[in-house]
Amino acid sequence: MMASSYNAKEEDGHPSGASGHGGPGVVKSKKPDNTAFKQQRLPAWQPILTAGTVLPAFFVIGLIFIPIGIGLFVTSNNIKEFEIDYTGVDMDSPCYTCAKNSSWNNTTPCTCSVDFTLEQPFESNVFMYYGLSNFYQNHRRYVKSRDDSQLNGGRSALMEPSKECEPYRKTDGVPIAPCGAIANSLFNDTLELFHIDSNGSRNAVPLVKKGIAWWTDKHVKFRNPGGNNNLTLAFQGDFSKPVNWRKPVYELDPSDPENNGFINEDFIVWMRTAALPTFRKLYRIIQKKSSTTPTLPSGKYTLDITYNYPVLSFDGRKRMILSTISWMGGKNPFLGIAYITVGSICFFLGVVLLIIHYKYDTRNNSADIPN
Amino acid sequence: MARRSSEDTGTVKAPESRRQRKKRSKENKTRTVHANLLYDAANKGEENPNRHYANNKIKTTKYTVLSFLPKNLFEQFHRFANVYFVFIALLNFVPVVNAFQPELALAPVVFILSVTAIKDLWEDYRRHRSDKEINHMDCLVFSRAERRYVEKYWKEVRVGDFIRLRCNEILPADVLLLSSSDPDRLCHIETATLDGETNLKQRQVVRSFFDLDCEFDPLKYNSIIECEKPNNDLNRFRGYIIHRSGRRDALYKENLLLRGCTIRNTEEAVGIVIYAGHETKAMLNNNGPRYKRSKLERQMNVDVFWCVVILLVLCLFAAIGHGLWMFQYGDKRPVFDVLSPEGTDLSPIMSAIYLFLTMIIVFQVLIPISLFVSIEIVKICQVYFIHQDMDLYDEETDSHLQCRALNITEDLGQMQYIFSDKTGTLTENKMVFRRCTVAGVEYSHDANAKRLAMYQEMDSEEEECTSHGGTLPRRDSVTSHQSARVVLRSQSTKSHRRTGSRAEAKRASILSKHTAFSSPMEKDITPDPKLLDKVNDCSSQMDFMRFHSQPMSQLPSDLSDTIDFFIALTICNTVVVSSPNQPRHKVRMRFELKSPVKTIEDFIKRFTPSRLTSGSNSSSSSSLITNRSSNKGCSSLLSSPSAESTLTKLHEERSCGGLENAFSPVPPSYDGKASWNIEEGELRYEAESPDEAALVYAARAYKCSLVGRLPDQVTVELPHLGKLSFELLHTLGFDSTRKRMSVVVRHPLTDQITVYTKGADSVIMDLIKPPNTGNSKGKRQKKIVCRTQNYLNLYAADGLRTLCIAKKILSQEEYACWLQRHLEAETAIQGREQLLFESALRLETNLQLLGATGIEDRLQDGVPETIASLRKAGLQIWVLTGDKQETAVNIAYACKLLDPEEEILTLNADSQEACALLLEESLHYIQAKFLCSSADQTTKAFHSSFAPFDLHPSSSLSSSSSHAAPFLVHRLGLVIDGRTLAYALDKSLEDKFLAVARSCRSVLCCRSTPLQKSMVVKLVRNKLKVMTLAIGDGANDVSMIQVADVGVGISGQEGMQAVMASDFALPRFRYLQKLLLVHGHWCYSRLANMILYFFYKNAMFVALIFWFQFYCGFSGSAMIDQWYLIFFNLMFSAFPQLITGTLDKDVSAETLQHLPQLYVNGQNSEEYKPYMFWMNMIDAFYQSLMCFFIPYFAYADSDMDLFTWGTPITTLALFTILLHLGIETKTWTWMNWLSIAFSIALFFTVALCYNASCPTCYSPSNPYWTMQRLLQDPLFYLLCIITPVAALLPRYFYRACQGTLFPSPVQVGRQLDKLPADTRRNILSLTRVKVGSPLSPKPPFLSLSKASPKGCNKNDQRSISGSKTLEATQGQADEEEDRSCLSGPTDSEMHLSDLYTLVPSEIDTLPYTKDAPQPAGELQPPSTEVSECLDKTLEPSDVSLSSWITSTPLLTPADSVQLNLLPDGAPQCVRYSRNSEDRLKPDHAVHPAHRTEQEVEQLLHTKL
Repeated sequence: MMASSYNAKEEDGHPSGASGHGGPGVVKSKKPDNTAFKQQRLPAWQPILTAGTVLPAFFVIGLIFIPIGIGLFVTSNNIKEFEIDYTGVDMDSPCYTCAKNSSWNNTTPCTCSVDFTLEQPFESNVFMYYGLSNFYQNHRRYVKSRDDSQLNGGRSALMEPSKECEPYRKTDGVPIAPCGAIANSLFNDTLELFHIDSNGSRNAVPLVKKGIAWWTDKHVKFRNPGGNNNLTLAFQGDFSKPVNWRKPVYELDPSDPENNGFINEDFIVWMRTAALPTFRKLYRIIQKKSSTTPTLPSGKYTLDITYNYPVLSFDGRKRMILSTISWMGGKNPFLGIAYITVGSICFFLGVVLLIIHYKYDTRNNSADIPN
Repeated sequence: MARRSSEDTGTVKAPESRRQRKKRSKENKTRTVHANLLYDAANKGEENPNRHYANNKIKTTKYTVLSFLPKNLFEQFHRFANVYFVFIALLNFVPVVNAFQPELALAPVVFILSVTAIKDLWEDYRRHRSDKEINHMDCLVFSRAERRYVEKYWKEVRVGDFIRLRCNEILPADVLLLSSSDPDRLCHIETATLDGETNLKQRQVVRSFFDLDCEFDPLKYNSIIECEKPNNDLNRFRGYIIHRSGRRDALYKENLLLRGCTIRNTEEAVGIVIYAGHETKAMLNNNGPRYKRSKLERQMNVDVFWCVVILLVLCLFAAIGHGLWMFQYGDKRPVFDVLSPEGTDLSPIMSAIYLFLTMIIVFQVLIPISLFVSIEIVKICQVYFIHQDMDLYDEETDSHLQCRALNITEDLGQMQYIFSDKTGTLTENKMVFRRCTVAGVEYSHDANAKRLAMYQEMDSEEEECTSHGGTLPRRDSVTSHQSARVVLRSQSTKSHRRTGSRAEAKRASILSKHTAFSSPMEKDITPDPKLLDKVNDCSSQMDFMRFHSQPMSQLPSDLSDTIDFFIALTICNTVVVSSPNQPRHKVRMRFELKSPVKTIEDFIKRFTPSRLTSGSNSSSSSSLITNRSSNKGCSSLLSSPSAESTLTKLHEERSCGGLENAFSPVPPSYDGKASWNIEEGELRYEAESPDEAALVYAARAYKCSLVGRLPDQVTVELPHLGKLSFELLHTLGFDSTRKRMSVVVRHPLTDQITVYTKGADSVIMDLIKPPNTGNSKGKRQKKIVCRTQNYLNLYAADGLRTLCIAKKILSQEEYACWLQRHLEAETAIQGREQLLFESALRLETNLQLLGATGIEDRLQDGVPETIASLRKAGLQIWVLTGDKQETAVNIAYACKLLDPEEEILTLNADSQEACALLLEESLHYIQAKFLCSSADQTTKAFHSSFAPFDLHPSSSLSSSSSHAAPFLVHRLGLVIDGRTLAYALDKSLEDKFLAVARSCRSVLCCRSTPLQKSMVVKLVRNKLKVMTLAIGDGANDVSMIQVADVGVGISGQEGMQAVMASDFALPRFRYLQKLLLVHGHWCYSRLANMILYFFYKNAMFVALIFWFQFYCGFSGSAMIDQWYLIFFNLMFSAFPQLITGTLDKDVSAETLQHLPQLYVNGQNSEEYKPYMFWMNMIDAFYQSLMCFFIPYFAYADSDMDLFTWGTPITTLALFTILLHLGIETKTWTWMNWLSIAFSIALFFTVALCYNASCPTCYSPSNPYWTMQRLLQDPLFYLLCIITPVAALLPRYFYRACQGTLFPSPVQVGRQLDKLPADTRRNILSLTRVKVGSPLSPKPPFLSLSKASPKGCNKNDQRSISGSKTLEATQGQADEEEDRSCLSGPTDSEMHLSDLYTLVPSEIDTLPYTKDAPQPAGELQPPSTEVSECLDKTLEPSDVSLSSWITSTPLLTPADSVQLNLLPDGAPQCVRYSRNSEDRLKPDHAVHPAHRTEQEVEQLLHTKL
């Protein structure tokens, strides 16, 4: 800088500064364009938030939300849902012994049956879920512990599973298929539902296991290695099953080759990790047979459980849920209530604003006068 | 354009040469330059001693292709934030703690770094291009091989080369002038690119080459030059040249031509290159733009720190939570708690520690990575818009505002103190000679005054004409210049952007203006007839005496004084005369093309030819009388006058007769003298300062014209006597410590050695020889001194700048004696400046006073208005000037800085103790008078209970400052002079001084030195902790500009030094108003809101993940896909806030300018107070709770998977964040809509593409087809509707309530904006009138009420008060009501809340706010009159307006002062009473309208 040279002007005497205007090196001598944009005069909408201007919005929101909320609430209430906990924590619970004995290493299956009664018939298709509580499928390390390439049937990924699968990547140098903690902890209870007739006979309720997984998962994301020809051949030998599994992946559903291996729908459903520690996963679908008879008539039922999955160690719970669904999914009154609440609050605040407006805000009209 | 500084130069050179240079620099401290010719060619100059010096190739780029990446990264890592983000990204590579895919986590930081890198690269590339252009400019270099000058590129020029320069060429390097085609061995250069000074400077050929008869031949040159090492001092060059003979000659800066300057008026010059390339002074002087940190950014950094704290707290919380969660499972390891990759089990504590780090990664978004980049982008846009503002464009100088500092725009909105220079800043710095006193006789120059008044009228008329779009011929010519310039510019902008300015560009810019300081107003002085007679008389006598060879000393002393006075005016300066030889016929032709010229002034103005087009010699016009040798004998012979000059003389004499009416712009006898006038007009003076020019022009009006100036001779033309040549023996230049300049000449008529001194009256008066009262001469002298002093005081009281002229006659012996010591001083190498200074002091003693001049410095347009509105904006304005006290005070009155209403404290002390005492006393005085703290308290209590929404700028100001004591600003002015200031700035007194100064409304420091100016600014800034702005135009303001938070330079008449030191450069002072009030306000509020929004946005987003930790065992899991998480800030939510941050206008420019009170908003940092950060945080947490828990409950216990659940949350958060911005956006242009639409569209597009792209990638979320599925889910839409509504409900409601119940002034301004245009204009224009009206320091009350269709119900009246004080301008009808208000506050509550009090700056600046309210009746102004007056004012503009504007009942909270003024200042409506003061001085009620001047003066001189 040239601050050092103070030879320049002093007001009273005799400046030795200099004449003229800016050196051309600095001044860009151009008259600015007179455009709305450059002069910051773009046409604009200038809302002013005052009680007067805002209160219609509140009333409108209130008036829209409350009916929606009522509609949602009614819809949700029309959904029938039945839930039964079969963990077997209590002594008198039928599965108590199974629960006590169950562990991952246990190879002998333990079965128990739970009886329940449906008060109301379930009319439309019924979805059968298993529900787990206190099961942190969203744990960070758990969520990561999978290899999507392997599940997609990638040959190389089969041989060399991703590092993310550690420590469920290899056993004794042999790669695990499917690798990772999620697969390792696959839910392996078997649930069967029987309807008890009025004469006491058990009729198995037909459970459909197709279509419980996302279509894209089943057909795009998950693929068996080497096509679906011979799974046993494809998997055998080079791979080991996950440590907690009792049977290898190619025997998950021997009955149906379309539902075996990585594309086993139960497996796929499990692999979609739940968002919250209490969750349910679709297990089977009970399809409506005819329009005249309800899918599940009211009455007594028995749930037969092959109890393999240990949850007591982490204080978990296992449930079986039967539910019909509507356009908005399963039974959940929350959203309806939320809409009603928010709508009511809006309406209430609207009233408050109206009072404020009339008490204090007439001046604002002066601002509204325009146009 | 960052420039390399000296340290960088080293890196350019090869390492080898650097090493050698190092060695060399150890060896000696000088540079030795040999001619390259001796060592040329063959061995590539292996033994050339010059080879180590930098060559002339410049390279201002920072990077090379190879060094770019490492160097740029290194530079970027200087920013702490970048290091932090890189650290976090690297943390991701540690497997135990990683949260994201490591590569992905690098993305944001890489993005940020690369954006910056690309910006740097682009800048560097532009530098490279312009370097290349400059390096490839041509110049003539002597080549040994060809034995002639050959064209070479600039970059090929080397130290030791001989260069031939032609007229209008730009110097490629620093060159020692060895030869010039000028007969006087001069070379004129223009240094505009270095210091912006456009006047010509003379440079001399080195003395030893002075007498060279034939042309300089480089081949014969074999001297060696020794000079200083390259340095950046433009005004210093020392060294000597050693000839083969062993003779040494000293070299001065007068011998050096600097790179970047332009050769003018000299056909050819030859020189040897001394410094080249980066070692040239010009390059060494180039510093990059300045980087300051704005207040807002400092505040922001505090909150960034709080964000870090919040981050750590959240992480700690999560870590502890995780530890506990682990602990509860004990040894029973649940199946979902995955072992570490090694298969080992982690203890809860260890995993908590790891988790802590993981959480830092997950929550990193809390520290807004994009904030820094966004702020930079927004600021660049803001600067762009400020640049583009037409209102800040000055047609006259064709310049507009420059933002030189890019990063402190928002500081403009937060200023609290303005420190202004006076001359050139408040005033035009167009010096106009007004009056003078010679030998004790005053010549008032009344005609001159009339003429000046007429110019003013003409100016305004002209303005009107042009504003009506008239195509005046003159404008045509201007525009043609402009277009020419545009063409020229387009081909040269790049190069002259830097040192290598181009002749064309310069020429173009000069073409459009006239010579500096030579507007007709300054040039054409109408002489005072009496004085003119005297001059004529005197010179004819002298002529007679000379003719009869009588000694001049017989001349009557008053006559000789008169003629000496004018000679002194003419020669005691450094004015250069130039007379470009523009071909006459060409001028004629152009002249005829245009419309007829009405006046000579007009003619000259139009056709003043540029000196650029001139041929060669400045002194080569008809009046080249002499050469040096011929008048050495000092014979007073008149050089034989040519026929032409006789003719000229004749003309002159003829015109003398018509001079009485010459002040008329149309000279009666015009046609006959046209050619003479042209010729005369072509003699142009180029002065370094406007006062010099003014005096020279004044002398010319008396026919004493300066016709030529050579280094050792000045030629003056006197009436009757013709041309006289004064041998110029010495010029003792002006400096600010001596405050005077002198010339020593040999008088051609008397042959005496005479010293003429011109300087500030204070110094000259002290140097006057004490008159010997014994004889009559002495008595006369005494009388002259006495009278002159009186007139000086008078001049000063008129606001004129005064200069004293004195002379001294030296005997030969005295002179010889002095000369010897002076020569010693001149040749001294050590401490030469000091010795010269002392030498000058020795000479300037015992002077004889000749007279004094009064020069008027007119106020710039709009200065009083600007000051008034800035003051209304709550800014404290201090004027720091070097002028003398009286002048300064008068200018201060003229520009409304001081108010006749105010009392003025004047501090003049002679010693430290006296100063201490004075300060003490004034402090007591102020306290006694104004600060009864207890009463103050009650007022405050009253205030707060009654008008809770009132604003108190000054009180909040003081509370925001560190000092606890509540300082009120009083209606007091403080005037302090330089000497006292020096004492007051002493450590021991500065606190007291500040205490006094801050309680005064205006402070005026006179006679202050540049250093004092900066000390004052520093003191106020550091002690009061306020934001300071310094504005000035000259080099003496540079230090002040640099010290202040924001420095503003006026790119006016005084060169560019102030501009170059400034952050913003304005063409005129009045632009400061819009710059601060509008752009400052906008920039501040935009940026403040944007920063707050950023914090909110990031906190809100991060909090979502935090809530989730409660449901995932504090495992650091995130339900939001990491891609969304990382790009959310960078992409999805980035654009709208940038648009809003750039374009949002809370209040329109018009309203902001008319209601300066709104500026307080920024001063008090009301858009961004510390609590607002926390409010935003709380709101963010609330909103994130909504966004998290509504989906949580909606999907509770469902088969929703983690990321299918997280995606809606992301979407909701995006909607909420955008809508939040919507609530905060004040103006919605299509850009806002577009950006929001774009953001949403971008999110969904990216999400859909991303979710469709790869079924197996993006572990762990693997979101294949998630979004597609969600879009089929009605629940998703339901969530999208309810969540943002629920989340934003409180804020929306709060904003609505705030807008109604307690709107900020800004909101009121917004409402004003919404009024129909004409109504608003009327209201604003009312305010406007007040601003300008001299008699109303307070704006009259302005109220706005609804003219509801139902009619104007009194009770429904709401008002916007234009004046902040709750003044009682009540209609009679309201009287009752008002009284009831006073009696029962509860009744009035409703009323009070209706009051939209806009910034009570004035009442708070008043000291009278302490009394309890008085009965309203007592205070009632004649209300009928008031309303009458109101109606009167309104009627002309809009009849219906009276229905809009009604006087409204208002409660006066601190109603001891009632000042009701109307726009017109109608006196009968004015009632002004100061109750508190009444008690002190019962008779002190003042009626300003009736105030006599005496009273004013009385107040003025209230000294302590």
